[in-house]
Amino acid sequence: MQRIRTFEFMPLIAQSQSMYFEAPLALQSGATLRAYHLAYETYGTLNADKSNAVLICHALNASHHVAGVYEGQEKSEGWWDNMIGPGKPVDTQRFFVIGVNNLGSCFGSTGPMHAHPDTGEIYGADFPVVTVEDWVDAQAKLLDALGIQTLAAVMGGSLGGMQALSWALRYPDRVAHAVVVASAPNLTAENIAFNEVARRAIVTDPDFHGGHFYKHGVVPQRGLRIARMIGHITYLSDDVMNEKFGRELRAAVTSNATGYRYSTQDVEFQIESYLRHQGDKFSEYFDANTYLLITRALDYFDPARTLGGNLTAALAQATCKFLLVSFSTDWRFSPSRSREIVRALLDNKRDVSYAEIDAPHGHDAFLLNDERYMNVVRSYFENMSQALAGDHP
Amino acid sequence: MSEHVNLKAIARLVPEGSRVLDLGCGDGALLDYLQTQRKCSGYGVELDDRNIHACVKRGVNVIQLNLDEGLTMFADQSFDVVLQIDTLQHLRNAEVMLRETVRVGRTGILAFPNFAHWPNRLSILTGRMPVTKRLPYQWYDTPNIRVGTYADFAQLASQNQLKIIDCFGLQEGQEIRAWPNLMAGTAVFKLQR
Repeated sequence: MQRIRTFEFMPLIAQSQSMYFEAPLALQSGATLRAYHLAYETYGTLNADKSNAVLICHALNASHHVAGVYEGQEKSEGWWDNMIGPGKPVDTQRFFVIGVNNLGSCFGSTGPMHAHPDTGEIYGADFPVVTVEDWVDAQAKLLDALGIQTLAAVMGGSLGGMQALSWALRYPDRVAHAVVVASAPNLTAENIAFNEVARRAIVTDPDFHGGHFYKHGVVPQRGLRIARMIGHITYLSDDVMNEKFGRELRAAVTSNATGYRYSTQDVEFQIESYLRHQGDKFSEYFDANTYLLITRALDYFDPARTLGGNLTAALAQATCKFLLVSFSTDWRFSPSRSREIVRALLDNKRDVSYAEIDAPHGHDAFLLNDERYMNVVRSYFENMSQALAGDHP
Repeated sequence: MSEHVNLKAIARLVPEGSRVLDLGCGDGALLDYLQTQRKCSGYGVELDDRNIHACVKRGVNVIQLNLDEGLTMFADQSFDVVLQIDTLQHLRNAEVMLRETVRVGRTGILAFPNFAHWPNRLSILTGRMPVTKRLPYQWYDTPNIRVGTYADFAQLASQNQLKIIDCFGLQEGQEIRAWPNLMAGTAVFKLQR
């Protein structure tokens, strides 16, 4: 595997790679995934004793393309490029960073748009339901294949944070640090409700065909658009939306004093225009079955479920050190949810630090450049890097 | 941790190897010292973003939390020692937090500015609120919303049925055991339930 050397003045060049796994993967549901591909990218260099690997887990609509740009495509920055790269808070000059696309996703790893290896039939709605735990198990197989036994850190935001937490529980001896950003120990009823609205939008689209729309040559774009619109609203805060759009009209008419068109169906307000644009863009690249699968994985995640909801008992498994970050205006994954995790870790006397960033941007804040957030993550990783250097002079 | 309170004078009160919760831990200097010099472990609690960063940078566990929201995150008797070093005077619910301190910790160690230190008394005699090295603020901008004395605190402790294991004054880094209410700018109490 050729790795590109990076310099401060050169953009990090990313290369998408794929690993094939012939052995079936046993899933939480009892089903098995017969054989599968995992798409992944790596940045930086794995050190001699393979102790500097950092795994980045993605959320709903992201992929293994975490950082850098693809050769010759200037605008193809990875989804966490502000966080990860040479000289960035997760510094690829010190760490070997791995981004991996989850099973069931639509960015290269085996998913519902692919064919079952035995029957040759496109999975569609028959792709098995995958969980956060299944993703983590698959990620562990990728690490095995890359010859990495222990992660310096596993890190993720939102659903990615759930995977980081799950790593700490399923593979406690393979993780030294877990960085869990804007996440939760499970979804609240309201949160599941939002997911269900999005799923209903997709499933009731006449072009969905019970999930087998591929063979009809159509895509349930209407459903995807609405799913994305509702999702997008929940990722922002009221304040940010008001600041960005307020009650601004898309194009005021001059023939009356209010400037309104008095139409129920035209795009009247800027916020409508913005949401439609986001919905349109999304419906062109995202897979409808993937949306269903990933929102379901979110709904199902609940490590304390089999322990009567006792999160302290559930987190007793975790032995790694933790950094948690939440954002004050995030109402989809609110600070109180992160505090539940912190409390359970405190009960277990685990090493944990927790930053609650007072930021206006809602859930989206975890992808943005807040200096306080970036500084905390940067210092956390710097300490980790110094400890690694100290252990192996 | 305030620059006014001698770090070693406090650290000396914390048994080696203790599990420590430092409420209002500032930049984490005291916890860092306790971890490296006295084999302690534990967490700091802070509200200020810069201090959170400073603690993470030092490798000190820190939880960002407003102490006025209470200590519900921490279980009963889950720490050997709970520290409140120059924290009490900033708290709206100082008495509740005193009780919380000894609920969460087997031992509480508190340090705060002693308003009855003689220069403060002199200032009051001249009709003006004291502005000193220890209390550097004007009356209208002070973050010290609880102004009390060494003697006042001893009374509050007994009112809450707390055992005073040790108490003394601190002045210029020196322990003051004679007339501390008059002679020391800082009061230090070690308490148990």
